[in-house]
Amino acid sequence: MVENFRNQDRYESVGRNVDRKEGMSKVTGQAKYVDDLNFEGMIYGRTIRSEIPRGKIKAIHLEFDTEGFTIVDYRDIPGKNLIALIQDDQPCLVESEINHADEPILLLAHPEKEKLLEAKVRIETISEIPVLDPLQSGKIFKEILISKGDIEAGFGLADRIVEGEYRTGHQEHVYIEPNGMIAVPTPDGAITVYGSLQCPYYVHGALMVLLGVPETKVRVVQTETGGGFGGKEDYPSIIACHAALLALKSGRPTKIVYDRVEDMQATTRRHPAIVRHRTGVAADGTLLSMDVEVIMDGGAYCTLSPVVLSRGVIHATGPYRCDNVRIRGRVVHTNTPPNGAFRGFGAPQTLFASEVHLDRIAHTLGLDPIEIREKNAFRPGDVTATGQVLPEDTSALQVLREALKKSDYYNIRKKIGTQAKRGVGVALYWHGSGFTGAGEVKLASKATLELLPSGAKVRVASTEIGQGTRTMLAQIVAQTLGWSYDSIEVSPADTAVVPDSGPTVASRTCMIVGRLLQRCAEEMRFRIGNLTPKQYLEKHGPLEITKVYEKPPAIQWDDEHYRGDAYGTYGWGCNVVDLEWDAVTYEVKVKKVIAVFDIGKAIHPIFAAGQIEGGTAQAIGYALHEEVVMRNGRVANPQLTNYIIPTTMDTPPIEAVIVENSYRFGPFGAKGVGEMPMDGPAAAIVNALFAAGVDVREIPATPERIMEAVCYSR
Amino acid sequence: MLFTLNGKITEVSAPSMKRLLDVLREDCGLTGTKEGCGEGECGACTVLVDGLPINSCLVPFGQVQNADVKTIEGLIGHTDLQKAFVSECGAQCGICTPGMILMAAPLVERAQAEGRIPALAEVQETLAGNLCRCTGYVAIYRAIQTACGAKSEQASVISGENG
Ligand code: FES
Ligand code: FES
Repeated sequence: MVENFRNQDRYESVGRNVDRKEGMSKVTGQAKYVDDLNFEGMIYGRTIRSEIPRGKIKAIHLEFDTEGFTIVDYRDIPGKNLIALIQDDQPCLVESEINHADEPILLLAHPEKEKLLEAKVRIETISEIPVLDPLQSGKIFKEILISKGDIEAGFGLADRIVEGEYRTGHQEHVYIEPNGMIAVPTPDGAITVYGSLQCPYYVHGALMVLLGVPETKVRVVQTETGGGFGGKEDYPSIIACHAALLALKSGRPTKIVYDRVEDMQATTRRHPAIVRHRTGVAADGTLLSMDVEVIMDGGAYCTLSPVVLSRGVIHATGPYRCDNVRIRGRVVHTNTPPNGAFRGFGAPQTLFASEVHLDRIAHTLGLDPIEIREKNAFRPGDVTATGQVLPEDTSALQVLREALKKSDYYNIRKKIGTQAKRGVGVALYWHGSGFTGAGEVKLASKATLELLPSGAKVRVASTEIGQGTRTMLAQIVAQTLGWSYDSIEVSPADTAVVPDSGPTVASRTCMIVGRLLQRCAEEMRFRIGNLTPKQYLEKHGPLEITKVYEKPPAIQWDDEHYRGDAYGTYGWGCNVVDLEWDAVTYEVKVKKVIAVFDIGKAIHPIFAAGQIEGGTAQAIGYALHEEVVMRNGRVANPQLTNYIIPTTMDTPPIEAVIVENSYRFGPFGAKGVGEMPMDGPAAAIVNALFAAGVDVREIPATPERIMEAVCYSR
Repeated sequence: MLFTLNGKITEVSAPSMKRLLDVLREDCGLTGTKEGCGEGECGACTVLVDGLPINSCLVPFGQVQNADVKTIEGLIGHTDLQKAFVSECGAQCGICTPGMILMAAPLVERAQAEGRIPALAEVQETLAGNLCRCTGYVAIYRAIQTACGAKSEQASVISGENG
């Protein structure tokens, strides 16, 4: 068998649809998610939360027999009462001041679930007037200004100035597996946490601060995770902290698994946004000046809001060149549950606005939506609003052309003619791969590759949450070593054995961590030379190679002025949507969605297509169905019966096309893919509605909003 | 109480109002059946009772007395459908997968017996009560149709012009 290790042709892995590493365990029900695990002596935990959006706690009344219960409040926290992330403003448990509904106050645990759920706790509070409207907020978490050229000069040259305001709503992640954690105490005072999560080292860091212990006393292990989409980026730290407090106080393993209602009420959502555009254009459609204002609702605590805003504003021009740009963004405080990471991370909001606005500009000028895009789309060498000179893999025009071809765009438009209530819409967009600005440098991610007698083992903190991390990273390593895919194992994401590879977010896992592993594999290949792994290990002993992130040499970023290379590179995407709306019910029926993406290189084509298909479906929900109803700062529809995500019956045919313009510093040319499919479909849908005579400017474009738009325009 | 579980006569003493889902997961140790919503909306908890798919979060244990219950663990020998879910990437995060497979299993069995490939609309209707947030369903349809003999389609990849 050993000679097989060197047969590169026989072991081509990259670009092939190899079987998912954990595929069999998932289809046989053997894969273990957090709620499938049980520990000796385990008890169950429950979180008691605020019911008002703002106020003070006057008294807490335990209206049950507390015998056999473990009860935890803020006074049981050994370290600092906070969830460490960006700003230290969010407590783990409320001391007295309530800042949003469903804020955690008290924790209960009991060996019997029924007893636990029956326990009645009454929180006596003094209400204060909450801030619920972001436009009325007096507290700004982060403000960003991006400025290029001179917008006033640009407006001076313009033939027309077009203004518009666009709004996007909250969105729930609705991973089908709700959040959950199990904390297991050990006799020496250490704690191990198992759970559904995206970022083991975020949880690890939060636990160290909360418990006031060194890193050796905390271990975090990811269990099989039933979807994340950003929703398991920051919130799992809170649940892990809660479970750990109960476990330490009771001395017993403690499981907290949210039910659907609690998950939808208490955990994070996508930031709602208001985006205002004022654009100066020449009569031929050339963009001369863009003034953009972005306001995002952060909720009650900062969480990841500054970074969400950052990605949002950088993408706010859309993929278009313009010499004079001003983008002003702010994310503000309201007394609503904190909003957090969600696939796309600020970009879906601003790209919705830019693409919908562009169609209004074209309409004002009497131009074709395609023509105005072709005229202004970024080419390689163009300069973005932050002053980044775009790399050679910039492919806005190619994805646009492919999407038009694939959808038979012009013929469909001809066929529709003036036929009312049917329209085709386009959205063109870009998405920066990896962390924004200097983020990757600050993270300094690590990856480790260990030689085994049978091959090699990948050790990274990047998590498999459905997107195919284990498989795709193994493919990259196998290909680089020239070994078989099956000879590469992937370690569980367990902080006891994996280095900090950074969080599994920002479409960075393949491009950044994949590249780190490629470098590990290159060195391993060189070091073992002509030996087989077994021979090498016998002769030289263990071999373990760790690589740290190195910035591509040309990348420069000035975080203070928001100037420079915002991302190493960008993915490019285009949607064409064909739809009809019903004049009686005002319901929209999407007939077809074309989704074309330049992702550099598809390491695993079906997985990449799967990201596109799944992300597109989520974006269709965002555009049409998924409305979070807030009543007095609290989610009023926290169930799958009244918060509607696309089913098989409302998901239209989605056709994914992958384009490969390779990125020099990505593994085998790969860039990010995960988030980008979320960015465009909402705009393409709203633009198709516009073509069909409905001018909506807010999503979700529910039948109510469409009816309003239709009646208003009459 | 007696019932047949994955082909074996099984006795479990649990309150008759306990959800079948909990009995399977807690009393029988079969955790392949998942809970996504607890209110009959997501289908993650789908099992077969006397050959028909039901939401086990809505069924009290008492109702399956003497019935024949099949869970994902009861599909032995890796059916064509399970294999197709792997090769066509019908499972991403996998949490909806056991429910999807059990919901589709009777359709696939019927179609295989009749030697036909179920039409897309038929597959969509069958799965209308099962939510998947990862795949956009495309790969799930492909897995079901491939299990019935359809040719597997490859993702369409175009080389770049600029890089
Ligand atoms: S858990 Fe039974 S339908 Fe969702
Ligand atoms: S694969 Fe994740 S919900 Fe279906």
